[in-house]
Amino acid sequence: MRALWPGRAGHGFVAAYVVLLIAFGVVPTGYAVYFAFTDGNARFTGLSNFSRAASDFRFVPAVEHVALYLVFWLASLVILVVGLSLLLQRMSARGVSKALRFLYYIPGALAGAAGVMVWLFVLDPTVSPVSFLLRAMGFDTFGQVVAPGQLPVLFTLIAFWTGAGGWIVVMHGALNNIPHEVIEAARIDGASAWQTARRIQIPMLRKWIIYMVILAFAGGTQLFVEPQLLAQASVGVAGRDYSLNQLSYDFAFQNNDVNTAAAISVELLLVGLVVAAVFVARSGFFDAD
Amino acid sequence: MTVKFRAALVAVGAVLALGAAACGGSSSGKAGTAGSGGTFKPAAQTGGTLTVWVDSTRLAAAQLYQKQHPEVKMDIVTYDGDANGSNYLQTKVSLFNRTGSGWPDVVFSAENNEAAWAVPAGFTAPLNKGLIPQATLDGWATNANAPCTVDGTVYCLRNDLSQTVLWYNDKLMKQWGYQVPTTWEQYQALGQKVATEHPGYLVGAAGDTFTPEVYMWAGKCGANQITGAKAVTVDTTSANCTKMAGLLDTLILDKTMSTSSVFSSDFDKNEADKILMMPGPSWYGGALFQGTFKTPAGQIGVAPMPQWAGDSSPSVGNVGGGTWLVSAHSKNLKAATDFLTWATTSDDYQGKLAPGYPAYTAAAKTWLAAQSASGYYADDITAPLTAAADQVWTGWGYGQFSQEAIWAATVTPGVNAGKTITSLLPAWHDSIVNYAKTDGYQVASK
Repeated sequence: MRALWPGRAGHGFVAAYVVLLIAFGVVPTGYAVYFAFTDGNARFTGLSNFSRAASDFRFVPAVEHVALYLVFWLASLVILVVGLSLLLQRMSARGVSKALRFLYYIPGALAGAAGVMVWLFVLDPTVSPVSFLLRAMGFDTFGQVVAPGQLPVLFTLIAFWTGAGGWIVVMHGALNNIPHEVIEAARIDGASAWQTARRIQIPMLRKWIIYMVILAFAGGTQLFVEPQLLAQASVGVAGRDYSLNQLSYDFAFQNNDVNTAAAISVELLLVGLVVAAVFVARSGFFDAD
Repeated sequence: MTVKFRAALVAVGAVLALGAAACGGSSSGKAGTAGSGGTFKPAAQTGGTLTVWVDSTRLAAAQLYQKQHPEVKMDIVTYDGDANGSNYLQTKVSLFNRTGSGWPDVVFSAENNEAAWAVPAGFTAPLNKGLIPQATLDGWATNANAPCTVDGTVYCLRNDLSQTVLWYNDKLMKQWGYQVPTTWEQYQALGQKVATEHPGYLVGAAGDTFTPEVYMWAGKCGANQITGAKAVTVDTTSANCTKMAGLLDTLILDKTMSTSSVFSSDFDKNEADKILMMPGPSWYGGALFQGTFKTPAGQIGVAPMPQWAGDSSPSVGNVGGGTWLVSAHSKNLKAATDFLTWATTSDDYQGKLAPGYPAYTAAAKTWLAAQSASGYYADDITAPLTAAADQVWTGWGYGQFSQEAIWAATVTPGVNAGKTITSLLPAWHDSIVNYAKTDGYQVASK
């Protein structure tokens, strides 16, 4: 029997995934593309939904906000996640690594919205457990903390806190996969910790870093939960139509214009695709080692 | 890179971005049902369970009705009441319009501008075209149902009024020998006096989303003159606007006008016991002073809202006051109308249980009597609140776009950063114009 269809269990698992992917990924996306090019009466409208979105007064600021946020978020992710993973790797001999990995992972285990709620308390000087830090930085009220100019940094902090732990665990696993002999050889050759990291470990992590950047970029362009919750908590002082996804949501449910909302979603999809393609092409992501 | 790898690359990229896009704002569908327009055609009246959506505060109304009317089969659902402009109701109705089912029969909303979107979305049933007798509708306070009226048709009923008055601490006023101001000029002068004689004490707060409604609306600043179903005139730099902005700036600089929200934890902790005066809506008494601030009984008094010197037509602002809507899709119009009438007019709920000043005049009398009998207030609150109920300035309207959200995003961050409100008036103007245009309004601006 076994010889009849080798690997059928694998096919079974993949099939289940493919069905879900089609139902909740491909079909909704096709639906969004359809709406992006039609109007409320299902007539083909060419690019008019895209131009309506682009000419809305909220569009350019939203693009700027998301772009700025991505710069902060991707830079902090690459530098801090790789740095912390390397530190963790060096500590593994001392037995604290497991505890630290667990600690890093905890925030990621909180659901996204709950993680943001925790930060809303942390950022309010009146109730924050670190209010002394906030006051030392000159912030006495929540309104001062969530000033528009500080939002990219705040959203990066929140996203890093909720999302980076998982990546540290992934990077740690990837670092463990580097053959011990290679590191050993470097040490015998007299390489310092920094040289080992820069010349051996980071180059060998490259594909994982690229993978992280592609996913983090796609996720980052979808910024929504953080500003939406902050807008509710700050009664609108910060973030009501801060990101492109919020703008899309506003078009759909505030202006009753799902077609323009879909156009923005399709643009985000395209940007995600193009950036993923560029990174994959330039990094040789799929090249066989 | 091989062709195969390129194909794989595109596929992987697609999958990565797709998942995120599918989770994001790409929910799509046909545009909402056309506006109800002409004559109202009710759905087939089949009866069945009456579905009622209320916020947690109005839950008591639905429960009491159910207790008094056990024969009505009710499904009571609590939601956020659309408070703080959450748009929950609009979002849900938009989805129900798409799927063609799911609408509740009766909804309470804490927002006053629901008719602005609910009428074109075809969600609300006209109430003065046979559902509720005109004699009943005549029982509401003057202009109370203005937010619900589109082209002469009433599409919702006002739950409570939120007319603004001047709340003040009677004990401190007497102790310090101050007179309660009757004009804005006197109000500002007293604020400046307090700054030197009793620093730390407050004559008001301008850190909330409803700051424009308390001060700009009451001061007859025509920033939001809704002149038609889809027309607005915006003028933020008239004399009344700049005078009021200057007044707020002066008192903010003197630190007698707080820039914190009265609902924020820092206000509650640091400033709640430092209030000498505070212009605000009728619900401040119970919700804020008695509820949140726990100000002791016998201290808080109510005076008429200050007016500009020489202005003979008194005007007050308005901060919210919820509305009740009946779904145009209801299969239980009779039961829905019965419940609606009871919830808005009954003495048992509005007069004796409701936390806010009832919009229905007869119930308001009962409510005021109960408030006076409670002994909480320093003096009689009936006269100033009753007078203010009929003085809400009609030059400010209820558009689909949220004035509260616009002020919060445009003016408040600037004030927090140390800018004056006067310097932010042009930015406020531009923001209102932009949001109004996005919602399809014809904008006339000055």
